[in-house]
Amino acid sequence: MPTVNEMSFQFAGAAGTGCDSQGLSWSRSLTRAGLWVFSQFDFESRIRGGHIFYHIRVSADPIHCHTRGTHVLLAFDKFAVTERANDVLPGGAAIFDERYDIDESVFAGKDVLPLKAPLIEMATEIGGNRVMANTAAVGVLIGLTGFDPKIIERALWENFTKRYPGSRGEDLAKANVNVLGTAVELGQTRAGDFDFELQPKPGGDERILLNGNEAFAMGAIAGGCRFAAGYPMTPSSSILEYMAAHQEDYGIVFKHTEDEIAGILTAIGAAHVGARALAATSGGGFCLMTEGLGLAGMTETPIVVANVQRTGPSTGMPTRTEQGDLEFVIHASHGEFPRIVLAPGSLEECFEAGYRSFNLAEKYQTPVIVMSDLYQAFAIKSVPRSAFDFDAVKIDRGDLVSEADLDGWDHDTVYARHKVTESGISARALPGHPRSVHMTSGDEHTERGFITESSVVRKQQMDKRMRKEELARTDDMRAPERYGADDAEITLVGWGSTKGAIREAVDHLNAMGTSADSLHFADIWPVPDSAKDALESSGRLIAVEQNYAGQLSNVLRSATGIDTDERILKYDGQQIGPDDILKSIEAEVEASV
Amino acid sequence: MSESQTLTVKSYDTEEKSTWCPGCGDFGILNAIKRALADLGIAPHEVMFTSGIGCGSKLPHYLWVNEYNSLHGRPLPVATGIRLAAGDKFTVISVSGDGDSYGIGVGHMIHTIRRNVNLVQIVENNFVYALTKGQYSPTSEQGWITSTSPEGSIEASINPMGMAIMAGAGFVARAFSGDPRGAAEIIKRAVKHKGYALIDLLQDCPIYNRVNTNAWYRERVYNLEEDGHDPSDLQAAISRSVEWGDRIPVGVFYEDDGRPTYEEQVPATKRFGRATDRDLSNEFEPAALAKMLDEFA
Repeated sequence: MPTVNEMSFQFAGAAGTGCDSQGLSWSRSLTRAGLWVFSQFDFESRIRGGHIFYHIRVSADPIHCHTRGTHVLLAFDKFAVTERANDVLPGGAAIFDERYDIDESVFAGKDVLPLKAPLIEMATEIGGNRVMANTAAVGVLIGLTGFDPKIIERALWENFTKRYPGSRGEDLAKANVNVLGTAVELGQTRAGDFDFELQPKPGGDERILLNGNEAFAMGAIAGGCRFAAGYPMTPSSSILEYMAAHQEDYGIVFKHTEDEIAGILTAIGAAHVGARALAATSGGGFCLMTEGLGLAGMTETPIVVANVQRTGPSTGMPTRTEQGDLEFVIHASHGEFPRIVLAPGSLEECFEAGYRSFNLAEKYQTPVIVMSDLYQAFAIKSVPRSAFDFDAVKIDRGDLVSEADLDGWDHDTVYARHKVTESGISARALPGHPRSVHMTSGDEHTERGFITESSVVRKQQMDKRMRKEELARTDDMRAPERYGADDAEITLVGWGSTKGAIREAVDHLNAMGTSADSLHFADIWPVPDSAKDALESSGRLIAVEQNYAGQLSNVLRSATGIDTDERILKYDGQQIGPDDILKSIEAEVEASV
Repeated sequence: MSESQTLTVKSYDTEEKSTWCPGCGDFGILNAIKRALADLGIAPHEVMFTSGIGCGSKLPHYLWVNEYNSLHGRPLPVATGIRLAAGDKFTVISVSGDGDSYGIGVGHMIHTIRRNVNLVQIVENNFVYALTKGQYSPTSEQGWITSTSPEGSIEASINPMGMAIMAGAGFVARAFSGDPRGAAEIIKRAVKHKGYALIDLLQDCPIYNRVNTNAWYRERVYNLEEDGHDPSDLQAAISRSVEWGDRIPVGVFYEDDGRPTYEEQVPATKRFGRATDRDLSNEFEPAALAKMLDEFA
C-alpha cells in the first residue's frame, strides 16, 4: 500500500533559476488540493547563483513545522543532485535531467529511485525554451505521485499571465502547460516504482498559504497601523514590502528611511501626533533603534517595533535563523523604562500580535516589541481563512482624550502630558488643540514635560513609568500555553517560532509512551505572574531554544527563581525540528541511564 | 483663526526659567522666533517644534508651543514623522545646534533635504560644543584649540550653505542672532516657503567661543539682498556660499519655491488624507479587511 499525502519535497538549484517560484507554486497547488503544507526556503545572501532549496512538507492533517529529509528531490542543476542526495529518505526518488553526468554511487545502497529524464529536451522541443525544464521536472513529479495536473496548470497560467500581461504571458503559459503534459505522462510510467501518492481532498478553497511576516502585517493594518517605517534588512523586509505594496489600499504612510535610527524616530514622530506607527527591522537594525526605543519609553510614546531575528552577532548569517536577541531586546537601551515584549509562535499569533501590540502600546503609552525570526518570516504554511478573525480585531486606544473632551476643557486648564497617576498611565491628549499644547522630552521632565533635574520629580516620574510595567504584568501578560499530557514527566519550554516543532515532539513522546507536555511563552516581558506556577506544576523542564545561552531560561530563572533542568540549544542557523528535539531527548535519556 | 489676531510675542512666553548664560546668542534667536510666529499669526497649538540636545535645543522649553524634545542629532526624523502623519496640521520647526545638526545629525539632514519635507531647520551655529563645555564642532575652523583638539583641530570645517544647496535644498539662508529683527524676517520667509528650509543662525557663545563674538560678526556680516544677490540664481548662490572670513553673507542664498513636498506626494495621504485624522475603529469593515486574504489563496 502506498503512503498517501504524507511526504516531503525538495526543489533545489541555483538562485535565480526558478526553484523558489516553482516551490511556491507547488506549495500553493497542494494547498488548493485540500492538503496541508509547510514550506521552508533555504537560501544564501546573494542575488544569483549559490545553492538554494525549497523544502515542502505535505500532510492530510494540519502541520506546523518542517521535518528532516525529503521523499522527492527535484534537482534543477547538476550540483543540486549530489549536494542534496543525502537528504533523500529511503523509498524516495530524485528527478534530474538525463544529461547530467552524475556518479550514481551517491544513491548507492540508499533505496532511492534515480529518475533521469529528458527534461531539457522536452523543454526545448515542446516548449521552445530550455528554462521550461523546471516545469518538466514538476510534470514528472505529478506523474510519479498521481497528482492532478489541472491544479498545476492553473498555477502556471496565473504566474505567467500575471508576470507578462497580454499575449506573451498566454503564449508562455500554453507552452509550459504543453511541456507539463508530456512530462506527466513520462512520470506516470514510473509511478509503479514509487510508494508515495498524492490524492486531492476537499476544503482547499477555504485555505490560504502565507508566512509570519505577512500575517503580522495584516494584523497590524487591521489594528489601525497607519504609519510604517524602516530600512531593508533580511528577514524583516517583507513586513515593510507588504506595507509598501498596500499603502494605497489601506492608507499606510510608508517610509523607507535612510537608516534604522531614522526608521524608529519617524515612527515616534508619527505616533506622537496620533498615528499608530510601526518600525520593522532585524537584530542589527534593532541595535541602531535602541536609542529611539529609550526615547519612546521616556516620552511615553506608543510605538510598535518588530524585530525579526536572524543569526548574530554583527552581520551574522543574514539568511539563517536564530532566537539570539531575547535578552538584548528585554534590556535594550540604557536606563530603565517599561516595555512589552511579545513573541508569536504561529501564523494566528503573528496576526493577533499585529493588532494587539498597538492596543498594548497605546494602553501603556510605551514601546511594544514583537519578536519573530527568519524561520517564521520565510516559512509558508497553509491555514484556513478562518484562522484570521477580522471580527475579533478590537481597537483600544487607551486613555486617549477626544477632541470633544478637549473642547469642553476650561480655558485655564494646563495640560500635563506626564501627570503622575496611581496606574502610571496619564491621559493622552494629542497636540493640535488649543487646550492640549504641550512639551515632552527625552530629558527627565516634569508632569508638563519640561526638563527637570529635581530628584523628587525624577523619582516620581520613574515610579510612575515603571508602574505601567507592573500593571501590564498583572492586567495583560498571558500565561504560557500548555499543550500535551496531564501531569507530564517532561515539559518542553519554548518561545516564538519553535512552537510547532515542540508540539509535534510532544505528540511523538506521548505516542511513544513518555508522558510529555510543553509550556510555550508568547508574552515574555514583563514575565507574567503565572509563569512561576506554570513552571512549578510541570515535569522535568527542558528548554528548547534557538540560541547559545538558553536566553528564555535565563529570563525565567531571573523572574521566578526556577531554572530549567536541561537545555536543548541550537545556534547553527538551522531551525530545530521535532526530529532534532526527539534525538536530543533520547540522547539525554541514554546519558542519564 | 480669531485667536491669531491677538497674538503677540508675549503669547509664547512660559514660566520656565532659561538655563542659558547671560549674553548667550540663544536669547536673540528665541526673540526672533517669537516675533516671527506672532507676525505670521501662528498660534501655539498650530506649531510643532522638534529639537535635539544642547543649549540651543532647550529653546522650545522657553516657548509656549507644542514640542517634542528628542535626542542629540535626531530632531529631523522626528519632524519628518510628524509631517508625514499629520500633513499641514502643524507648522513644523526643528531647532538644534551645529554639533547636533551638522555633526551627529548630518545624515538625516541630507536626506530630509533631498526629500523636500516641508519644515524649517534652524541651526544655532556657535562653532562649538557648548553644553558639554567647549569641544570643537563641525563648523569650528581648522586650527581651533579646544579640550578635544588641544593641538588645534586638524580637520576642515563644514560649509553648511554649500552642502545644503548641493543636496538640493529649496531654501537656504543665514541669519545672525545679533539682529533678531532681521532673523525674524528670514524665519518668516522660511516658514512661508513650501518645502525644506535651512536657516544657519550665527550666534555667539560668550563662554566657549571668544573669537566669533557679536562684535566680530558685526564687523563682517553683510546683507545679501542689499548686495544685489538674486536668490533664484543657483550659480550665484553657490558662489556666495563659499564666502567666509572678512565678509560673511547673511540673508537668503537660494530659494526655489516650485517643488512638490514629500508629504503631498505620499500615496496614502493623497487617497485617505492625514493619517492622524483617520477613524481607526470604523474605517474598514471586517469583510473589507478579509479581502487581504485573497492574495494568499
